[in-house]
Amino acid sequence: MTDIPEGKDETLGDVLRQRGISRRSFLKFCATTASMMALPPSMIPTIAHALERAKKPSVIWLSFQECTGCTESLTRAHSVTIENLIFDSISLDYHHTLQAASGHAAEEARMAAMEENYGKYLLVVDGSIPLGNPGYSTIAGISNYDMLMETAKGAAAIISVGTCAAYGGIPHAKPNPTGAVSVGEIIKDKPIINVPGCPPIPVVITGVLTHFLTFGTIPELDHIGRPKVFYGQSIHDRCYRRTFYDKGQFAETFDDEGARKGWCLYKLGCKGPTTYNACATTKWNNGTSFPIESGHPCLGCSEPEFWDGGGFYKALSMPTEDISKTVIYTAAGAVAAGVAIGAIQKGRKNSAVASHSKTTIDDLEK
Amino acid sequence: MSASLEKGINVLKEQVDSTVAAFFSSCVHCGMCTDACLFYTETGDPSKTPILKAEPLRRIWKSEYTLSGRIAKLFGLGKKVDEKLLTDWETLVYDSCTLCGRCSMVCPVGNDITLLIRKTREGMAAAGHAPEGLIAATKRSVTIGSPMGVKLPALQAQIRHVEKDTGLTIPVDVEGADYMLLLSSMEIMHFPEFIGAVAKIFNKAGVTWTLSSEAFEATNSGIQIGVSDIAAELVQRTVDAAEKLKVKTVISPECGHAYMAIRWDGPNLVGKSFNFKVRHILEVLDELRQQGRLKTSSMDTQKLTYHDPCQISRRGGVINEPRNLIGMFAENFVEMSDRGKMNWCCGAGGGVSSNERADEIRLKVFQRKKDQLDEIKPDAIISACSNCRLHLEEGLEEYGMDIPLLSLTEILAEHLED
Amino acid sequence: MNEIDFLNWVRGPGFQIAVIIFVAGIIIRLVEILMLGRKPNLAEAKGSAMRSGLRTIFSRSIPEKSTFKRSTFVIVTGFIFHIGLLITIFFFTPHILLFKDVSGLSWPALPTPIVDAVTVVTIIALFLVLAHRMSNTVLRFLTNYEDILVWLVTILPLITGYFAFHRVGATAPTLLALHILSVELLLVLFPFTKLMHAFTIVLARWYNGAISGYRGVQS
Repeated sequence: MTDIPEGKDETLGDVLRQRGISRRSFLKFCATTASMMALPPSMIPTIAHALERAKKPSVIWLSFQECTGCTESLTRAHSVTIENLIFDSISLDYHHTLQAASGHAAEEARMAAMEENYGKYLLVVDGSIPLGNPGYSTIAGISNYDMLMETAKGAAAIISVGTCAAYGGIPHAKPNPTGAVSVGEIIKDKPIINVPGCPPIPVVITGVLTHFLTFGTIPELDHIGRPKVFYGQSIHDRCYRRTFYDKGQFAETFDDEGARKGWCLYKLGCKGPTTYNACATTKWNNGTSFPIESGHPCLGCSEPEFWDGGGFYKALSMPTEDISKTVIYTAAGAVAAGVAIGAIQKGRKNSAVASHSKTTIDDLEK
Repeated sequence: MSASLEKGINVLKEQVDSTVAAFFSSCVHCGMCTDACLFYTETGDPSKTPILKAEPLRRIWKSEYTLSGRIAKLFGLGKKVDEKLLTDWETLVYDSCTLCGRCSMVCPVGNDITLLIRKTREGMAAAGHAPEGLIAATKRSVTIGSPMGVKLPALQAQIRHVEKDTGLTIPVDVEGADYMLLLSSMEIMHFPEFIGAVAKIFNKAGVTWTLSSEAFEATNSGIQIGVSDIAAELVQRTVDAAEKLKVKTVISPECGHAYMAIRWDGPNLVGKSFNFKVRHILEVLDELRQQGRLKTSSMDTQKLTYHDPCQISRRGGVINEPRNLIGMFAENFVEMSDRGKMNWCCGAGGGVSSNERADEIRLKVFQRKKDQLDEIKPDAIISACSNCRLHLEEGLEEYGMDIPLLSLTEILAEHLED
Repeated sequence: MNEIDFLNWVRGPGFQIAVIIFVAGIIIRLVEILMLGRKPNLAEAKGSAMRSGLRTIFSRSIPEKSTFKRSTFVIVTGFIFHIGLLITIFFFTPHILLFKDVSGLSWPALPTPIVDAVTVVTIIALFLVLAHRMSNTVLRFLTNYEDILVWLVTILPLITGYFAFHRVGATAPTLLALHILSVELLLVLFPFTKLMHAFTIVLARWYNGAISGYRGVQS
């Protein structure tokens, strides 16, 4: 980041050329992006054109209750890729982990960026916001809530990166001691793009940025604020092990015959059937694999409340509570209640028998 | 205390036990009992659905003996048993059910629907909703000793005739006899030959037996009308006589409900086990057959069939005995399509024949028996219940069929080795 | 509440509530039936009540020939949907996992495509049952609101389960949650409706067989 030339008027094209990226590989990136975002090939020149001329947008990145995994996900690329460069080419004016400045200087940088790009900057948030007790997470003495409210005011759009920012994530998990909430639960008057995942797939983040840079708008979102192009299909529907599910062939343990044969991981708790994300198609680690491919069930990390689904290794069809205990206690109580109710009813019958008046032939008519 | 709704409701409350509760809890309204009931199959009237006939009892069970029904009752909800219901149900419970028990054999969840209707009658009778004919018969049973008003002198007259015809002595009030024979009024009045037949067979088999002058009547109107108090009183007369004469076994004659009354309901009505056995005449005869004390010499070449009286076969357990006995003399015996425990009722059991109001419907539903008979076209029909016999004869006449009715005991006696 | 919240609720507290009502309701009803008691039979027995009672519990499942002829439609569709329910409820892998989680017991599943096909057949059979109920004079006369309600809560889990498995009509978590919710509805209504026959049928058949068997007749 440090070697990116300063100058706010530089375009993305300038940056890429300075970094020695050929036009050929740039167009290839545009083509990949277009296909990933389900755009027709005719859009490739538009993307290229728009990206080349895009002014470096100002980005403010706020980190609240988070683990830095989302940032790690973005910056951990092994080789220099255009995705990195796209990311590099934004003017990241404030980011705890990545910025050189600290303390007051850092906060001043944020204030300056806000002022200078009021109404135009992008706000990226990772981490949830503690509403129960703001003291759980503060930055420079400012509560997360106040900082979010203040920074969101002048933002063009907000990208909630990671499940914590998008849906509350792990801090929000029961019993949610900090009273953590997502960005969307606080900010209601700005366009918010949720890019959930724990962490989210890096290309999904850059994809969203590309879309914003290319079209100046936010991509089409699903009912819980996720870009449809990346979250439109479930892991299950795109899973290469799906045929085994359909045939009813399951791994019973992590090291049985089924596991070795690469059978479906449903019984081991896979949340793929209820999880919408692009892992099965874009994969991780530069397209190497995704969790199911390495033999582990999907945790469902891009869905809200994924931490409260009863355990990662509990199959989706299993109840999340301890039902056997429920059954035992209920049964014991019910037997006692049943005996009490039965005794009352038996008593009612006995009193009917006791109040029986003998019927004789004179009693047959009224 | 005369009959009243409160009394009826109280009696219905007394009727509910675990079987009633289990049965009502299990009904799924599948309608299969309807197909098993001749009052539906021959009329096509869905209100004749067997399980619905027990509706008054169901309502009492629901409101008194279920938690949910009890709660509903607190809020004034739930269906009540009132005069209107009992009035509407009277003809269903008494005129359109012979307590034949076929529905109980068919119900897929295993409901003994017949038991439920039988118990419903208890409440109906206590509430004053029993049919006039049955009330009159019951009164005669209690006061005169017979639903048909047969008194001892009438029996004695018939005994004299029989003794003259057969040359045998009919023992009366013989203490210490092995068997005490009961008779139904119908046998005494319409089929006295039965007495002669028994005398002949027992004489041949060397059986000691007797009639009781104090309790010769086998029928029990209390069972039919559904008043256990009265039924118990009538059973007690037989018990007293049997104990007085110190007999080992009481024989129930060819009468369906009489067998049910004394054999299966009797001890439960009087509240104690008998110190004598109760057997149906066919059971006694079959036992004699097994012991080799009964031998036939001539065979019957007619095409014969056997009509199972419901209370004796399906509800009574005497199914193989008549067939064993018929095998002793019948060369050409044919069974009806539904027989034994799946037999179709003649249409006049369960007090229906004592209820003039039901005359029309009982002859209408006889169509079922007619169809069964048309399938096999027998030369004669054997049965073991005087009530079945009378009604079959009337039905056959009504439908213009000419098939004679035979008593199994009587025809067996005819074929006995001389 | 988002859809995963909804799913977690039906898998968690919702299921728990349903199970409590189901278990408590069934036990109370069975105890209240049994506690009414029966007087001992004082008549001399002709056959074994117990043997006949036990036999009838099973034998009543097979209709006698003339009964089959008279009630063919009810019996055939009844058999199909009961066996279909048995297969779909107890022999589908995800369901067995649920039973294993609750009871610790597990058994082999049927291949998923078979369960899938059985589901369709069962749904069709249940629709035929309803059509018959509505068109047959006797059944229409017998039918009350409870019969329709019970039919509905029985077919709903099949339909929602079918849609959840084939993932059409809504998002997957919503479909799954609706399926589980429909099962919870079934569980909650179970003890208070004729669905109870699934349990009381054992008692009813036992009593029928015992009453009859005592008199020497196998009912």
